[in-house]
Amino acid sequence: MQRIRTVGQLGVAALAAAMLVACGSSDNNGSSGNNGGGSSTALEGRGPITFATGKDTSGNLQNQVDTWNSQHPNEKATVIELPESADQQRQQMVQNAQTKSDAYSVLNLDVVWTAEFAANRWVVELPKDQFDLTKFLGPTVDSGSYRDKLYAAPSTSDGGLLYYRKDLLDKAGVTAPPTTWSELQAACDKVLKLPEAKGAGCYAGQFDKYEGLTVNFSEAINGAGGVVVGDDGKPNVNTDQAKTGLNNLVQGFKSGLIPKAAITYKEEDARRAFESGKLIFERQWPYAYALGNKTDGTSKVAGKFAVAPLPGASGPGVSSLGGHNLAISAYAKNKASALDFIKYLTGEAAQKANLLATSQAPTLTSLYDDAELAKKFPYLPILKQSILSAKPRPKAVRYNDVTTAIEEDAYAALNGTKSVDDALSDLQTKLSQIIGS
Amino acid sequence: MATTTNVPSSTVQTPGRPKSRRNEGTGRLAASLLSPTFIVLGLVVLYPIISAIRQSMFNSNNGLDENGFVVEGEKFVGLKNYTDIFTGDTAHRFWNAFYNTTFFTVVAVSIETLLGLAMALVMHRAFRGRGLVRASVLVPWAIPTAISGLLWAWIFNSDNGIANVILHKQVLWTTEGFHAKVAVIIADTWKTAPFIGLLVLAGLQIIPQEIYEAAKVDGARAWRQFRLITLPLVKPALLVAVLFRLLDTLRMFDLPYVLIGANKQSAETLTMLGYDQAQRLNYGPASAYAFILFLYVVVVAFMFVRILGADVIGTARAQRQPRAPRRPRTPAQKEVQPA
Repeated sequence: MQRIRTVGQLGVAALAAAMLVACGSSDNNGSSGNNGGGSSTALEGRGPITFATGKDTSGNLQNQVDTWNSQHPNEKATVIELPESADQQRQQMVQNAQTKSDAYSVLNLDVVWTAEFAANRWVVELPKDQFDLTKFLGPTVDSGSYRDKLYAAPSTSDGGLLYYRKDLLDKAGVTAPPTTWSELQAACDKVLKLPEAKGAGCYAGQFDKYEGLTVNFSEAINGAGGVVVGDDGKPNVNTDQAKTGLNNLVQGFKSGLIPKAAITYKEEDARRAFESGKLIFERQWPYAYALGNKTDGTSKVAGKFAVAPLPGASGPGVSSLGGHNLAISAYAKNKASALDFIKYLTGEAAQKANLLATSQAPTLTSLYDDAELAKKFPYLPILKQSILSAKPRPKAVRYNDVTTAIEEDAYAALNGTKSVDDALSDLQTKLSQIIGS
Repeated sequence: MATTTNVPSSTVQTPGRPKSRRNEGTGRLAASLLSPTFIVLGLVVLYPIISAIRQSMFNSNNGLDENGFVVEGEKFVGLKNYTDIFTGDTAHRFWNAFYNTTFFTVVAVSIETLLGLAMALVMHRAFRGRGLVRASVLVPWAIPTAISGLLWAWIFNSDNGIANVILHKQVLWTTEGFHAKVAVIIADTWKTAPFIGLLVLAGLQIIPQEIYEAAKVDGARAWRQFRLITLPLVKPALLVAVLFRLLDTLRMFDLPYVLIGANKQSAETLTMLGYDQAQRLNYGPASAYAFILFLYVVVVAFMFVRILGADVIGTARAQRQPRAPRRPRTPAQKEVQPA
């Protein structure tokens, strides 16, 4: 008797739960997609705003925000620091958008997220006429656009650079940094004979199975004359040039040109290896320049290295475009204030101050042409060249799927599980399925 | 004091009232008193499960419309997510993760149990500094798993890690291969053997000292005492500890994710697959993975309780209860009180 009653009550509870769920679900289909439409309606609302960005490693951001706050006491900005990892930043922003929360007003988007955030209507279109887009580097504006509309204003940029040990190259008699992969190998042959270079590896990039691998892979392919995704938006990675590019890396691992441990390297691992003198050449982002020159004992190569454009097939190569853009969340309350804040942070004064404090690449052409800055940051002209010739990573709404597919096949090729031909043909098939849809 | 009164877990035991009154009356009162608990349980346990099952039958990535915006809304796909998991393009990834999960569970839990048992036996002895040993043994368990993942990532770093220095070899721990599994198992065992040790210690402290004395009088040596007295009497606590660890390790996520990285065949577990799908906003397949893992865990727990008789709700102890009041009068017991 009692057992039947207990079972009966459990059954009623289950039924009630099921009805709750069924009722709850039918609401989802219609309601989303009403807010944050894609048209560039005038952005309204003034008041306090928040700025969601990844961990500020420089400490300079708060200074800039304080300046804004003192100039706009009624539109105070608060910095919300998200985790350091790019994946986790994206996750937080996506969750914020899916719950339609107004907690974040301005979002600091990585360049590869523009398509996803725009297509999902999580960010609103920015009025192009309120930005002087001619002052920005072309590829950076392109990285913030989706279907010819501007969704995110470029605030920092990034291009891959070849860091090299100038002191060792000079000693070995190599006068100019290598511009092709074969020149790099030849330079290494000479340098590794020196007693100072004992035990060092020749070259390393970022080859662990994460976004950095997509970057390095794209650079190797593009540098050999191939493409991952063509200008028409369709994947075309199963070409001879792409095979040469990938083969450079694979043979590099096999022959010991690239140390075996490099397959576990992310940015920081590669930087540490270079700074402790274990590498002659390193593919790295500009942020490591200031860190490499630190004289507090963390870097053994302070003052001994220089940068050059990445090596290519028959001349300077192509780097992947990195960087961050600023966008306005579709669910933010004070969009007009957010727009002004974005204009402030992408303005010349703020970008110059940021460059001086963090050595992060700015997006305004004028800052690269400034002679005084070029003296302080000798890599600026090379970086400008790198960015102007940089190729963006594939622009896809489902970018996560794209980068996972690339990582799978690239990693398999690098550690010898798949042959180069198989890896590229498999990748072509997968990318056609993802990007084709 | 060791467990004397046995508080019955409210959901399953019928209230042990003297059966002097009408049965139906007390039953109705019990039902109405328990219904708030049922409602809360229904909301917190049952609703998410049913919601996940419902979500696993829908797909939300429906492509782009002509303006380039994502088509909103969910589409009912029935059991397609499940068939995709078992027999679709990524089926090998699923079965690989299934194998990894099972491998980690079996191997890690076995090692943890042996180590935990050994730790408990050591902690049970009265010696100077025992309190310090007990506290320090618990430190690995107290550290959050993600943090211990980072710690071990440094230890297993291929360039600068202590592990490679000690071994005088350069093992690339975080790359694909069996070494990745070894790294995960070492880190997991380090963290959780103390947990088993602690639970088993509690079980050891219940065993009356007089049994050991009687055995010594009978001439039984240490190993025999261990095999015939300690093990059988500590079995309930040990089995509960092992059951908890089984269920936890089946759901392992943070260690392989932080230590080895996402998307690596050698260390990918079922939870990581579900997380990967959720990251890409494919909530349908993610819920399907979660539900499959849920079924796996339920089956394992059920088999464990049935076959090995893990005493999860203290029914065996309730039967032993009449003997408990005798214990305080035994003078020999005083030595075994916790320090």
